[in-house]
Amino acid sequence: MTQTHVSTIVNGDAVEFLCETDETLLDVLRDRLTLTGSKEGCGSGDCGACSILLDNRLVCSCLVLGVEAQDREIETIEGMASGDELHPLQRKFIEHAALQCGICTPGFLIAAKALLAQNPDPTETEVRYWLAGNLCRCTGYDKIITAVIDAAAEMRGNV
Amino acid sequence: MRFEAPTSVDAAIKLLEGEPGVVRILAGGTDVLVQLRYGQVEPDLMVDIKRIAAMRSIDEEDGGYRIGAAVSGIEIGAHAGLRKLWPGVVEAMELIGSTQIQGRATLVGNLCNASPAADSVPAMVAAEATCRIFGPNGHRDIPVHNLASAPGETTLGRAELVGSIYLPSRRPNSGDAYLRFIPRTEMDIAVVGTGVSLEMDLDGVCKNARVALGAVAARVLLVDEAASALIGSRVDAAALENLSHAAAAACSPIDDKRGTKEFRTKITGVLVRRTAQIALQRSQE
Amino acid sequence: MGTHEPAFDVVGTRPLRPDGVEKVTGSAKFGADLTAPGMLVGKILRSSHAHARIRSIDTSKAEALPGVKAVITCKNFDKAKISPAKQNILCNIMAQEKALYDGHAVAAVAAISNQIARKALRLIEVDYEVLAHVTDVEEAMRPSAPVIQDDMFTVGVTPQPTQASNIAKRSEFGHGDVEKGFSQADVIIERQFKTAATHQGYIEPHACLANVTQDGQGELWCCTQGHFMVREVCAELIGMDISKLRVTASEIGGGFGGKTTVFIEPVALVLSREAGRPVKIVMSRDEVFRASGPTSSTSMRVKIGAKNDGIFTACEAELKYQGGAFADSPVQLGAMSAFACYNLENVKTVGYDVATNRPKNVAYRAPGAPMAAYAVESVVAEIADRLGIDQLELRLKNAAREGTKSSYGPVFKRMGLVETLQAAKVHDHYSAPLGPNQGRGVASGFWFNFGGQTCVSLNINVDGTIAIAVGTPDIGGSRASMCLMAAEELGIAYDNVRTIIADTSSLGYNDVTDGSRATFASGLAIINAARDAKAKLCARAAKTWDIPAEAVIWENGCAKPAGANAGNFAPLSLAEIAANAEKTGGPIAGHFEVNAGGAGVSFATHIVDAEVDRETGFVKILRYTVAQDAGKAVHPSYVEGQFQGGAVQGIGWAINEEYIYGEDGKLQNPGFLDYRIPVASDLPMIDTVIVEVPNPGHPYGVRGVGETSIVPPLAAISNAVSAAAGVRLTELPMSPPRVLKALEDSPDR
Repeated sequence: MTQTHVSTIVNGDAVEFLCETDETLLDVLRDRLTLTGSKEGCGSGDCGACSILLDNRLVCSCLVLGVEAQDREIETIEGMASGDELHPLQRKFIEHAALQCGICTPGFLIAAKALLAQNPDPTETEVRYWLAGNLCRCTGYDKIITAVIDAAAEMRGNV
Repeated sequence: MRFEAPTSVDAAIKLLEGEPGVVRILAGGTDVLVQLRYGQVEPDLMVDIKRIAAMRSIDEEDGGYRIGAAVSGIEIGAHAGLRKLWPGVVEAMELIGSTQIQGRATLVGNLCNASPAADSVPAMVAAEATCRIFGPNGHRDIPVHNLASAPGETTLGRAELVGSIYLPSRRPNSGDAYLRFIPRTEMDIAVVGTGVSLEMDLDGVCKNARVALGAVAARVLLVDEAASALIGSRVDAAALENLSHAAAAACSPIDDKRGTKEFRTKITGVLVRRTAQIALQRSQE
Repeated sequence: MGTHEPAFDVVGTRPLRPDGVEKVTGSAKFGADLTAPGMLVGKILRSSHAHARIRSIDTSKAEALPGVKAVITCKNFDKAKISPAKQNILCNIMAQEKALYDGHAVAAVAAISNQIARKALRLIEVDYEVLAHVTDVEEAMRPSAPVIQDDMFTVGVTPQPTQASNIAKRSEFGHGDVEKGFSQADVIIERQFKTAATHQGYIEPHACLANVTQDGQGELWCCTQGHFMVREVCAELIGMDISKLRVTASEIGGGFGGKTTVFIEPVALVLSREAGRPVKIVMSRDEVFRASGPTSSTSMRVKIGAKNDGIFTACEAELKYQGGAFADSPVQLGAMSAFACYNLENVKTVGYDVATNRPKNVAYRAPGAPMAAYAVESVVAEIADRLGIDQLELRLKNAAREGTKSSYGPVFKRMGLVETLQAAKVHDHYSAPLGPNQGRGVASGFWFNFGGQTCVSLNINVDGTIAIAVGTPDIGGSRASMCLMAAEELGIAYDNVRTIIADTSSLGYNDVTDGSRATFASGLAIINAARDAKAKLCARAAKTWDIPAEAVIWENGCAKPAGANAGNFAPLSLAEIAANAEKTGGPIAGHFEVNAGGAGVSFATHIVDAEVDRETGFVKILRYTVAQDAGKAVHPSYVEGQFQGGAVQGIGWAINEEYIYGEDGKLQNPGFLDYRIPVASDLPMIDTVIVEVPNPGHPYGVRGVGETSIVPPLAAISNAVSAAAGVRLTELPMSPPRVLKALEDSPDR
């Protein structure tokens, strides 16, 4: 099988890779670019563990083909912190114990970041509905919701 | 699998014409990539239509809107004009899947996947939407309702694809709405979906109505008897009761993991009434 | 053992978890995140029949496919050499003569790519003789049912049957005379209940990376709740000395009991041995649902008799749990725990463990207890309503306390059920007003908690920091608790302690992280290892000062002379002693090995408000409060997290989650689309009250907290929905069709 060459931007860096045409972007990120922070929980878009930003839009990377990434911009969990400085959401997740096992955490963080980008002051209900596509089996979501709302408040204060 | 991302409709049609094997169109990919992942389809050719500029826009046309096949749910939800004109259709589209799915899923994809439970379809059928089909011999427009022929099957011919949906202009004093029933608050496939569009006269009597039902038959149903229950009425309690009965009577659902025949039929009666009430309220706004 | 209700410096505070940054930046390595040079992709072929004899398997075409490096079947395992205790595990990870459920592994391949591995699976030809199947517990118990295991002769009945059946075991618990008790009752309520099978639903599918080298040594990386268990089971299944297999536990993306056994690990090892290259296997989500872990579906009957004043005179339960193809149901734990919340003179529970053509049951959070508690607490609620006694009052009247002979035998030591009931009673939730179509339910629940084999090592570094190695995988933040307990005991800062999960070659044997045991047992071991280290630190200080070791005490993180008579020396800090260790006798470390008893029973009481849509049967959870005894909450945030997580899993179980089998015996909903776990928008915030009644079996009073929180919700929610609907619900899940049906069948309608 002939592989396809793809040029794209991942977390601000120009990246090139070869992939099969039927390979998902999630598999490309994990297996070819060693960015294993995005997780596969279902492969069908039902759990959100593979959430990334594609041209600044929140998507499940398991529902995107690697070849679709040509000329696009991708942001993954690995690009969320700036150097040593965690994003406020990342800090608040740790502070509020918003993770137990941590497998869903990268997806939640990316999804929450997308939320706060378009709604800096969401209500609890808005957070819950926005994050309904991210499954967490450990926490009962309680502390995740608290962390997102608290991070939003901090980020508003910083503006 | 060959992957192509043409930049014009003509180029896309040529690719479809030239491929003798299994072809899939890729727009949002939220259905086809799941089928790919779980081995339910092995296309020889995948044609990504997202690089065709004409398919990426929402354009005003004769007081209505034409929505390109590659326009995602999030773009539809963010379009103020569309939301004002056909709020029921926009809401139906927005109910599909998660925020992540909304970032990719398209109206046309929801239509062409040909699931009887597709959320946007009853709303579009109630809105009298049409879809524009492109093929080797040019294009033609058909009612959205005539696209799916059976679960997973469409009336599209060889080398044809749906390029856009047209939502027509709306008469004064009219309103539309869509509701679905799911066991959770999000992330489920509709157990039942009901779309209602109605037009009232100045005396508060219903002049026209369209009632469409999803997930209660092999295709989305447009139920004239249900519309008749509203037309000529003030959409009062008695008319709504008649509407419920007529809609329930039209159901011929299946028993499956998402609901029983009995449950689907009952819920249809409840939901169609609630939907009509919202549509009525919108007609008065 | 130890002091009771001591004052703590750092235990009970909420510091940041030590592995937090890794987990929010995506750098933490979970089961599927490791790769190895030359790695192959392993994939498993699974039966699509619920029950079928395997006449033959032809792997020749798959083997001939370029890029395929190994194909294996049951023939690659030496069944004759496997001990009886592990025969079922072997038969589950690779079908032998028969495929016993939809999803049962029948062959496996290793290939150079995903695509080739998938293609190879399709080239394997299995000749099946399809057999009649059974998936329902009641049907499986009928004499006419197809027999799944030819050698299953019911244990626990005399005389033992000579004819094979699907009933693996009958077990009975209790004391007193229930018939006499019922004859004394003023009111008796008896009900029949059913619950559907549910899955643990961890978000991380099973994943492992195996490498067996030419010299017969093996390495395995996998997500598991117990890598020592994985090592021992795999070594036996593949015929390898335990010492030659080193297992490293990856970060684990949820387990809830479901990762307490092996599925893909022995298969990957054998594929690697055959191919001579590393092999990685990652389950897809449908494989997780079809072939790993669910817990039982059940059919239960509960009968309770009470006097008019509310005192129970007799309690009886008959529990039938199906445990999958090998009858591994937790019915015995269900029978033991069913009435554990009550002080009873007459109690009897009988359990039946039944085989069906479903996946082998694996533990799920408080295995067996939630279903039994659902049935019992539903009847308790009805008794309260019938007698006009407040729900919590009735439970307080009958509550088990310290000294109560439990329904499963032992006499309870200090315990906190009454305290949780009182906490619920004074909580403003309990007296908040309700709207139309809303109802409030309460229920209590019990879990045993386990201790078990534990071994830790605590090393004092030359800079005065501490490196702790434990063998219990951290599923929910337990490393933070370990660091807290070590810091507390040594009198040093939390940030100076780091805890890792050691691999199987670096530490002695540890039981699986189950039974809510990690923080209790590894914590107990760490405290004792720290005490061991402190004794050594004091001895080093004594040596430095040239005084007897007995004359040195440890206080506030320093060695000090015990008194004026011992000498006048300035205290030596841990860091100072550590820096000088080379000169005073070499490295300093504390160790502790134990088979820990005294885990300390755990109780909780939950309050929930639900609203029912009377036209659709849709249930909305409006408000939820958990009151649970933690003994001592080491890190309260993670204790709350356990309470909240358990409650929400219970909400899923109560309302929507279920394994749905078709007439053909195939699982209809092997995905998160139709196996409906709660999503964020389904839920309210989950309020928590941490009750602390110290466990006398732990130096700091700690009790396990992980499991009890899933015991009360099924009943509490059913009681709330029943109150809202005005009709008693007796089947889970309370999905909209069931609730609507119950409303329609209600005589009040």
